[in-house]
Amino acid sequence: MTEHASPIPGTTLFDGKAAQAGFELNAMCYSFNEKANRDAFLADEEAYCDSYKLTPEQRAAVKARDVLAMIAAGGNAYYLAKLAGIFGLNMQDLGAMQTGVSTDAFKAMLLSQGRGATYETAFKEMTHG
Amino acid sequence: MAEIVGAYFTSHVPAIGGAIHKGLQGDPYWKPFFDGFPRVHEWLGQVKPDVAIVFNNDHGLNFFLDTMPTFAVGAAAEYHNADEGWGLPLYKPFAGHPELSWHLINSLVEDEFDITTCQKMLVDHALSIPFELAWPDCEAWPVKLVPFGINTVQHPLPSAKRCLALGRAVNRALQNWQGNERIVIIGTGGLSHQLDGERAGFMNQDYDRFCLDHLASDPDALTDHSIHEIVRLAGTQGVEILNWIAARGALGDAATEIHRNYHLPISNTAAATVLLEPA
Repeated sequence: MTEHASPIPGTTLFDGKAAQAGFELNAMCYSFNEKANRDAFLADEEAYCDSYKLTPEQRAAVKARDVLAMIAAGGNAYYLAKLAGIFGLNMQDLGAMQTGVSTDAFKAMLLSQGRGATYETAFKEMTHG
Repeated sequence: MAEIVGAYFTSHVPAIGGAIHKGLQGDPYWKPFFDGFPRVHEWLGQVKPDVAIVFNNDHGLNFFLDTMPTFAVGAAAEYHNADEGWGLPLYKPFAGHPELSWHLINSLVEDEFDITTCQKMLVDHALSIPFELAWPDCEAWPVKLVPFGINTVQHPLPSAKRCLALGRAVNRALQNWQGNERIVIIGTGGLSHQLDGERAGFMNQDYDRFCLDHLASDPDALTDHSIHEIVRLAGTQGVEILNWIAARGALGDAATEIHRNYHLPISNTAAATVLLEPA
């Protein structure tokens, strides 16, 4: 059924294809469960990335802190969150980076839904002021 | 004879752990969520469970993509929390109940559920935060733990129908358990939220209400949606509703809702807390 289902806008399913493509990127992120590895990444990002077989797309996405590009290259949210943690970014920061707005604007969009707005309405408010 | 005293469901957003750590329960942002818990504490004080069977999902602490079980069952004498990479406090160890774990494992495989057995399993915020919310500041957790991990990370995920069936098989196994424990079933995660992609920040109050309104009375209604449709309706991480569906199955056929709290947003998530009792 799934392969025939219509796509969900703005959404990537982390399926077998993504899991294969993203294996090394996600493996690197998984390593950040250990503080020594987080410290090693911060001390020498290039060398740490070298120790995993990242594709050029994955290397560029990590370097640019481009979350959408990491997802396109097979990154999975649960593992990427550990990379974001190294930079002290929270889920609203990540949401803002992916939707191209400020963190405050992204938070306002969430709060608007809290007041009863649908996501679609809150998203329109966020992107069109 | 063992008794299933009820089921407790709650969200497990990591930021909740941070809020507890910083003592922000009364802060205007957090209060509407934490207001759902005095009733939970009162209820747990009344029903006094000594075993918890928990349906939750690993977030890349215990399992990586090298080995990704669809359904994992813990069979350890003790479970530990560990560093997840973003500075959450570490939680105290969780005593296991290996005899009950193996009873469930034997019964489930006999029932044709091909689960993965884990004599070692780290548990992450999906388990520790619901425990800390339920039993804040206790010296040692008052329940022994049997954890179930459901794959919500890598598609294909098990269907909602299969998760409900798993829960019901757990219930059948518990009916044949000869111990005299008081068992609470716990389902964690959800409700609607999406962390990744251009649709990050998506929540869906209509779908959440549909789930909450049918959880006690007609859980089969939650299994009409395919995983793809659940992602569309609940968000990429909203599929954690699978944990709730499995837990609902483990509670038994008839159930009554005795408590519900629903509030959004908590971080990027629509958060809910529910108590059900067997009817």
